[in-house]
Amino acid sequence: KLHPTSLNFLGLFSLPERALLLVLVLVFLQGSVLPLGAASSPDVSHQDKTDNHKVEAQGHNYTKKAFPVLSIDYHYIQTPFEISLWVLLASLMKLGFHLIPRLSSIVPESCLLIVVGLLVGGLIKLAGEQVPPVMNTRLFFLCLLPPIILDAGYFLPIRPFMENLGTILMFAVVGTLWNAFFIGGLLYAVCQIQPDNPSSLHQIELLPCLLFGSIISAVDPVAVLAVFEEIHINELLHILVFGESLLNDAVTVVLYHLFEEYSGIGTVSVLDGFLGVISFLVVALGGVLVGAIYGILAAFTSRFTSHTRVIEPLFVFVYSYMAYLSAEMFHLSGIMALIACGAVMRPYVEANISHKSHTTIKYFLKMWSSVSETLIFIFLGVATVDGPHNWNWTFVTVTVILCLVARVIGVVGLTYVINKFRIVKLTTKDQFIVAYGGLRGAIAFSLGFLLDPAHFAMREMFLTAIITVIFFTVFVQGMTIKPLVELLAVKKKQEAKRSINEEIHTQFLDHLLTGIEDICGHYGHHHWKDKLNRFNKKYVKKCLIAGERSKEPQLIAFYHKMEMKQAIELVESGGGVKLPAAMPSTVSMQNIQPKKPPPALPPERALPQLSKGREEEIRKILRSNLQRTRQRLRSYNRHTLVADPYEDGLNDFLIKKQKIIELEKKITEMNNYLTVPSAPPDSPTITRARLASDPQAYSVKPTSDSVPTIQVDLASPQSPDSVNLMDEFRNARQPEQDEDRGLMMKPPSEAKGPKRPEDAEGAKDQQRLMRCLSDPGPSADEDEDEPFLP
Amino acid sequence: MGASQTHSEHKFQDLVDKTGFSLEQIINLHKRFKQLSGNEDTISRENLDSIPALATNPIRKQIIEAFFDKRNQRQDEVGSFHEIGFEQFLMVMSHFRPPTLKTTEEEREVMRREKLRFLFNMHDTDSDGTITLDEYRKVVEELLSKSGAIGLEAAKAIADAAMLEVASTNVPHMEPDEFYEGITFEHFEQILKGLEMESRMHIRFLDVNTTTMHCGK
Repeated sequence: KLHPTSLNFLGLFSLPERALLLVLVLVFLQGSVLPLGAASSPDVSHQDKTDNHKVEAQGHNYTKKAFPVLSIDYHYIQTPFEISLWVLLASLMKLGFHLIPRLSSIVPESCLLIVVGLLVGGLIKLAGEQVPPVMNTRLFFLCLLPPIILDAGYFLPIRPFMENLGTILMFAVVGTLWNAFFIGGLLYAVCQIQPDNPSSLHQIELLPCLLFGSIISAVDPVAVLAVFEEIHINELLHILVFGESLLNDAVTVVLYHLFEEYSGIGTVSVLDGFLGVISFLVVALGGVLVGAIYGILAAFTSRFTSHTRVIEPLFVFVYSYMAYLSAEMFHLSGIMALIACGAVMRPYVEANISHKSHTTIKYFLKMWSSVSETLIFIFLGVATVDGPHNWNWTFVTVTVILCLVARVIGVVGLTYVINKFRIVKLTTKDQFIVAYGGLRGAIAFSLGFLLDPAHFAMREMFLTAIITVIFFTVFVQGMTIKPLVELLAVKKKQEAKRSINEEIHTQFLDHLLTGIEDICGHYGHHHWKDKLNRFNKKYVKKCLIAGERSKEPQLIAFYHKMEMKQAIELVESGGGVKLPAAMPSTVSMQNIQPKKPPPALPPERALPQLSKGREEEIRKILRSNLQRTRQRLRSYNRHTLVADPYEDGLNDFLIKKQKIIELEKKITEMNNYLTVPSAPPDSPTITRARLASDPQAYSVKPTSDSVPTIQVDLASPQSPDSVNLMDEFRNARQPEQDEDRGLMMKPPSEAKGPKRPEDAEGAKDQQRLMRCLSDPGPSADEDEDEPFLP
Repeated sequence: MGASQTHSEHKFQDLVDKTGFSLEQIINLHKRFKQLSGNEDTISRENLDSIPALATNPIRKQIIEAFFDKRNQRQDEVGSFHEIGFEQFLMVMSHFRPPTLKTTEEEREVMRREKLRFLFNMHDTDSDGTITLDEYRKVVEELLSKSGAIGLEAAKAIADAAMLEVASTNVPHMEPDEFYEGITFEHFEQILKGLEMESRMHIRFLDVNTTTMHCGK
């Protein structure tokens, strides 16, 4: 009945409201289907058996029935169908929230999702059906959590992480321990001093309390990510809280197992405590080691994938997942394994894989982690409705209060100690944000769920308390942190892109500080970093990175990437002819070196003057060449992603540009151009940097029969076509070579000219590429510019 | 030994005020100074050159040069020393002190400017107050000097791009025939604004009284 077309009558409502309506309808639809599914499964299976019997019975005597034209067999597709339905619900929710901009700026997404979960759970309950046991612990730990952690680990900003590792570890290990014991201990005390009625609280012993404390004390990475991502806080604080949430997994695992084991027995001896410490080291370091091993394997594998580019992303995912599973198998910290795997393999894998694979990995990770996160919060809501609850005012309120108090005391105390060792101290504002950002989330709930009801009679009470704390932190702290950040004027994340000057000086500083440390004579932080870098360069890179790329210094890689990005931006913005009016500067190379003519420019910069004649000449030459390119671009092959001679139009274009520029270099020795030094033809950097990974969606309309040409990375040498252009140029320029007078305009025009008119022509071709280039993806790739130990 | 010790401690107290180091830090650095100079009172370029750990550093020459640069002594002189004494050594080192919790915003600004000035002096080798394109090229070339032929070719391009960026950020509208002389200190400050130099450009100076520091010599 509610067919989309019949929504026309809702023209009274504005778009967001219509969308909201649609979303709500879908929610109800799914809410109603799910219980059907849940309900039908036991019945259907039952029915199946009887059916089978019937069929068997009938097998012997044929009774002719009408041929079933249409029948429903829900049971056959039940499980995948329900999973898909949940995922669809999650994704639609995400869509819905962003259609209502005001809502998403006030309330963090995580809160909204929990509310949706509550609604769905409520609906299901209202419908009288049994709520599906979605918060299955295995499902959570094996399917929902890994994508989020992998996403976090793969894109972990290594430099700030390493610089603050000491602080992060202090918070993660000591902070969590403090929280666990403080909360557990005080809870036990409170439970014991319960006056009057012999309340059920008296039965709770110390160890279960400590167990509860250890479950509730861990800061949750999922919740932290969800909330912090929206507040755009400065890098230091972000990495502190986030790093803590990742690294405290080891502590949580050990404490949990320790207390769970011994809760039955009732006492923990000193030896057990000592073993616990050893266990912690094993769990943490073991997890990291497992992750690192898989990471190196993945890096090594990626070295050989140049001929099978399509499955490159698969290696990244599978190796990482296996690292997680292997670590979990040994009861090591799976989260740390995943982080280590992602962080270790990233610099090498990125050097080896094609740009498309890189984009694929990025998008898949973001997609999966996004869906996972959404599902987790929805399930939390559903499980809240479902879960057996045992509300005990004292227990719950004391828990909440203790959590807050413990966190604050822990952070303040630790910061006092940490600041003695830190150079850049943590201010009170920082401490407040770190304390306030200690959110609890689904991991705590799942761990609580894992408790064996047989051993823990008070499991339900624990669960209720855990849920309350989660709700409190996510809703109250999650919603208020943004205004508080504004109020306290905490430094925000710097949005500026890395400029070449900053990159140069970052490198320069690294070397300078290492040098000063050497002069001072003590082996400091920079010295070891430098040593590691040199070791990496000398041995590791050679093993793990294919081909020429292993020798490429970081600065040059960065520069190439930047140059190519600018070239792509030029192409995308319509060939420079339609440069926006708000052009920042008119400075060109000629302003910097007057006697030396300016070469091809970064596109946002100036448009130097060209002599008309020269321009025309160049246009003519290029037009003829591009005609051929354009014809070739027309043929399109959907199935191949590997180097297809019909699809490397853009490659040709860029190679031509390069060659032209090279030619300029050859002609005039004195003159220096903003050129791309001739990199070896199959240098993955150039081919990879060739495509900006997350270009903004440009509003230039693609022309006519847009061929969504897919860019391929060039493993093959240049096509013969480009050579012709060179010859033509060479011939055209022979007469001018002798002319050496004020080279004001000519060489620059030649160098610049090919780029611009070519762009103008090529722009039309390139607009076809728009479709594949112009998808607004997750936000910009600042992370990508981070090399290994930058 | 007693007399000279009190004498040097008295001198050190002056230095504490001048450079901002603590007394322990100065004593440690003094020990190091003596080590480097071979128990002399002054250090020459050769002394610093002979530190083995510096051998692998691509910008070694610039670092050593910075110690002998008069501009880094905060006394508005130009030129360079042939040899430096402990006080000059300390003055250069003091550029690498980190800010403390008590450093106010203005002091941070001053610190940042000082550190940027130090970097600027390192690049501006002819002391004319601007970093010309050639000087900048030299900087990038030195940075890439350990990377062989690829490095040298790319260095020019990178330096050009960087220079262009500085020019466009600071002087957005230039006529085609105007000439951008070079990066002045203000422009330099402008482009490196985002790096927060006062938090990045520092090393840890030992407070603890270490008796021997054999490393590096």
